[in-house]
Parts: sequence; C-alpha cells; structure tokens
Amino acid sequence: MKTRSHFGHPMAISSTPSAVSFRGVERHFGSVKAVDGVDLDIAPGEFFAMLGPSGSGKTTCLRLIAGFEQPTSGHIEIFGETVEGVPAYRRPVNTVFQDYALFPHLNILDNVCYGLMVRGIGKDERYRQGRDALAMVKLMGMEQRKPGQLSGGQRQRVALARALVVRPKVLLLDEPLGALDLKLREEMQGELKSLQRSLGLSFVFVTHDQGEALSMADRVAVFNDGRIVQVASPQDIYERPRTRFVADFVGSSNVIEPMQTKAWAGIDKAASLRPEKIALLPDGASGSDGAVVVPGTIAQVLYHGAVNRVELALANGGRLLAAVPATSPVLPIQGASVRASFAREALHVMESA
Amino acid sequence: MSMLATIQAPKDGFLRRVSDVLVARRGLYLMLLLVPPLLWLGIVYLGSLFALLAQSFFSIDEFSGTIVREPTLKTYGELLSPSNLDIILRTLSVSVIVTLLAAVIAFPIAYYAARYASGRIKAAFYLAVMMPLWSSYLVKVYAWKLLLAKEGVIGWIMDRLGLSWLLDAWLAAPLVGGPSLSVSYTGMVLVFLYLWTPFMILPVQAALERVPSSLIEASGDLGASPGQTFRKVVFPLAVPGLVAGAIFTFSLTLGDYIVPQIVGPSSLILGQVVYTQQGTAGNIPLAAAFSVVPVVIMGVFLTIAKRMGAFDAL
Repeated sequence: MKTRSHFGHPMAISSTPSAVSFRGVERHFGSVKAVDGVDLDIAPGEFFAMLGPSGSGKTTCLRLIAGFEQPTSGHIEIFGETVEGVPAYRRPVNTVFQDYALFPHLNILDNVCYGLMVRGIGKDERYRQGRDALAMVKLMGMEQRKPGQLSGGQRQRVALARALVVRPKVLLLDEPLGALDLKLREEMQGELKSLQRSLGLSFVFVTHDQGEALSMADRVAVFNDGRIVQVASPQDIYERPRTRFVADFVGSSNVIEPMQTKAWAGIDKAASLRPEKIALLPDGASGSDGAVVVPGTIAQVLYHGAVNRVELALANGGRLLAAVPATSPVLPIQGASVRASFAREALHVMESA
Repeated sequence: MSMLATIQAPKDGFLRRVSDVLVARRGLYLMLLLVPPLLWLGIVYLGSLFALLAQSFFSIDEFSGTIVREPTLKTYGELLSPSNLDIILRTLSVSVIVTLLAAVIAFPIAYYAARYASGRIKAAFYLAVMMPLWSSYLVKVYAWKLLLAKEGVIGWIMDRLGLSWLLDAWLAAPLVGGPSLSVSYTGMVLVFLYLWTPFMILPVQAALERVPSSLIEASGDLGASPGQTFRKVVFPLAVPGLVAGAIFTFSLTLGDYIVPQIVGPSSLILGQVVYTQQGTAGNIPLAAAFSVVPVVIMGVFLTIAKRMGAFDAL
C-alpha cells in the first residue's frame, strides 16, 4: 500500500492521521513571506508549542489552522481531512485569542454558551453545559457578570471555557498568558497542562516565551523568518539546539565559534555551551579529568537569587557566560582571576551556523 | 570622565509661576477650563430652553391676542386638537421613515469604511461623506427641487430609460404620491435623507470601528456563520452608533422647517408650525408647546432605546 511515506515522517505510516499536518505551507502578504514552507505534524493529544520571536510566522501558522488565513500554497489537513477552502466556522478547532475576544455585550454565561447557541442548542441544555464549563475553569458564580467586570486572569478562563464547551478536536492558544502577571502566568501554566492531560486534546500553543514553551509542551517547534528551525522535545531543544538561532533564542547560551571548538574539543564547528554547565574554580586550580579549564577574569556579576550570572573575560579575548549557584565555593567578585571549567561533552556541536 | 553638569531649569517667569499654581491645584485648573463653556451653555442654551418651557405654560387671550402670563395647561390642551395632533403624527412618521431609511443606507457604507477601507480610500470616504455638508443648506434644497420637479432631471432620466410609467404609478399612489416628486412626501423624504445621512454614517462607522476584528473571528471560530456573526455580534455592537445617528436624523427632521416649505405637499410639518405660530400668528405659548414635542419624543425614544439595551455595549 502506498502510504505518505515520501514525507519521511513516522505519522505517515501509522493509520491514525495527525491532528494537524502541514505540507509545504506558504503564506505571503504582498512580498512578505510570513510562512515560508512549513511542514509539521501534530499528534492527537499532543501539547505542541510554536515558539519564536514576533514576526517569525508562528501566529500566522495558528491562524492557518483556525481558518482565518488561507495558505498561498501548500496543503493543510486536520485529522486527515483537507481544509482548503473550509471556512473557520466549519473547522473542528477552536481558538483562545490573545486579547480573549470576549463579546462585551454578553454576560459570562452567554459568552461561554455562544458556540452552543449558534449551533441551535436549546437554552436549558446549553446553560447546563455552559455552567459545567465554567466550573471546569473554576469560575462559578460569575455567570451574570459582563467581561468588563472581570480581571485579566478570569477573562482568560472564560475564553478557555468558551472554546472548550464546543468540544474542539484541536485547541489553539494564541499567547494566552501574555497579558497576565508573572505569578498568575505560572499558575495558569500548570492548570493548562493538567487540563490538556485530562481532556486528552491536542493543544497548539503559540508563544514567544521560551520558558512557557519548555515547561508546558510535549514538543516545541522553533520558528524563525517563516520557517521551522527545529522541532523536538523541550529537553532536546534546550540541550541539543540545532542551530545558533535556537541556542540563542531558547534560554541563554554561549555560542562557541568553530576555531575555539576545535581548540577545546577538536571539532571544527560552532557549538553551544549552556551557562549552567560551567563551574568556577580558584585561580591556578586544575580541573578534573576530561574537563576543559580556561583562565579568565570576572567582568560582571548579576545577582539572580539562586544563581549568579557571571560574565568572564577570557585570556584569549573571548567571553563566557556562566550561571554559578549561590552555593559555589568560589565567590564571584568583579575583577577576580578565576578559571572556568566544563566537561567536554557539555559542548553541543550544532549542525549549521 | 568628567562629571555631567546639571541642566539648569529656566528662570522663573510669570507664566511659569502661573503654570506651577495650576499644576498644584487641579480644581482651579479644571474650573478655568470649564467655566467659560459652561457659562455659555448654561445661560444661552439651557436658559433659553427653560424660557421656552415657561412660555409653553402661558396662554394667549383669544380676543386681544396678548399673552396671559399665568401658568395653565390650556396651551398643551390645544396640542391635542385633531388638526394639531395630525401635524405631530405626520412629522413623527416622516422622521421615523427618514431615520430608518438613513440607517439602511448608512450601515453598508459605514461597515465598508470601518472594516475594509484604509489609507487613501478611507480619506476619500471621509471626504465623500463630509463634502455635502460644506455647501449651503439652502442651495442643496433648491437644487433638489430642480431635480425632483415635473420637468426635472429625475423625470427626464426616467423618461429616457422608458420608466416614466413607474414614476407615474408611484406618484399616483396615495400618501407617497402627488402631482410631482417635488410636492410629494417622497420628495421630502429624499431631500431629508440626502441632508442627514452623513450624520448617520459617521457615528455608525465610529461604533463599528471600535469592534475588534478578533471578536468577528472569535464568532466564526465558535461556529457562527457570517450571517449569525452579523446578527449576534456586529449589529448589537453597532446599535449605540445607530442610536446616536438616529438622534441626529430624527431630531433634525423633527425640527426642520425649511425643507418642507420648499419640497413636499402643502400640509404643515411641526417645524413650520412653530415658525408660523411664533412669527405671523404671534402665538408664542403654542409655538413653545409645539417645540416641547420633539424634546418629549426624543426623551421617549432614548428611554425605549435604553430599555432595549441599546447602550449595554457602551
């Protein structure tokens, strides 16, 4: 049997179709290629994050799934069904908007029940389901309020309940936590994750916050300039960035130039070195076996509570950023001569610049 | 590195000291800002309105024709006489029709301007909507009289298109018809529509402009067809704009006395009655009582609009 094996993806062989699949999708706005040849497969029940700087095409990809945009070229399927020309209101996906997009003239319950109302479900049944959805997001007792009377976090929950009450096959979230303050954002991250697990739904989550993507997603796609640079598990994205862009964008990283990598590890390619893999040793100390030890002086120390972020000026003119635990025996003092030490394996060689 | 010199504040002058006082005392500042316009509004506008209201409670001595300055409801009683009630109902009907038609014409234009037009096209839209307001009102009304006259432009075009029979059939109809368009209610409504539609377009456009496109996308995303989205989201959010526009078209038509004098049948419209009562007839109390009618009608209209939730989206 001829499968779609020429796409070279494991999903093509299995009989269950992807929740969402993109094949060579492009979306141009005039001369700007917002999405420039994207292939991806999102598995059913997967928490998939699309991560990238603004203008990298991640939001456009989400809008292509929702049906607010049509691809200029390429092919999109949702659960095996082609969606070209299918308007947003006939797609089995729902969106939590960045600005929540609650209807200001409807109360909370009617907002949540909107999708049921337009499907012609009777008042009693739809209010029952709406109340259940509000209970799921812990907003009981708010039914009669207007969106304007709710806090940002509550509005976010209403938007979530409103999208989930119509039982989508895929839930799309467009930077849903962007407008919340830090504490609330962390709380919602946990709630979203457990909600996604208990519902077993595919969540497609757009964010420019790498911490959010790493902590919540099963897989992360890193976008840049309308293309996907790397799709992998959060661990792989963080530990094994494929390119300099990923290393730089996800967390902070030291990008080691090929010449330096050759000197330290004998490979003539650029490598990334995470700051937390670097330990500080007193001046003149020798490192353990297999460790690279580099002398330098401390150029700057930034206090971060649990860690100090130390910028080292190396003797050969290079710079290294180290994240040193507050418990480190070597006190980071600006101007002090120290040695930076890291395991050779900590150098992750990247595929391309 | 040398120390940076502090940049000196400029020397204290009189105006600077005045500013300092005003910044420190917000109350004084707001008072200076608001007192002149409030005095103008309070004395000239509200004052004359209350003077008018007071006049309406006086009556006229039927023999001497002088004003009796004693409070009475007699003048208001006169309003309810069949002929006067007729005038009020006729004016009300014309105003309602003009307002409804203006809303129907204005909505698609406003919708296009708010949702699709941008840049130069939007500038052209504003220009096109505002331009009719630049020329003199009288010139426009007389121009329309020529367009609507029996041998006028509209009659000529209908004739050329072989549609004279349609025009004749329309003119033969009761109420809307007449000897020619220029002396029919149809003509009057057309002129009112031409004059007041800009006042409907602009507030509706402003209301639609405030509807974020994400709301329309959200509605579609939740499964609403474009028609449902329009009925359940776009229209309810445009209602405050429609009501604001209706206040303009409705009250402007209710109070106008020049258009019905130049275009339309000989039966009087409210504005004309006020004009003749306070002028030639010298019956100021009745003119005042007639003037109160549009105020009351607008009050009733706004109350109903509020009850129906027209301002909920504000």
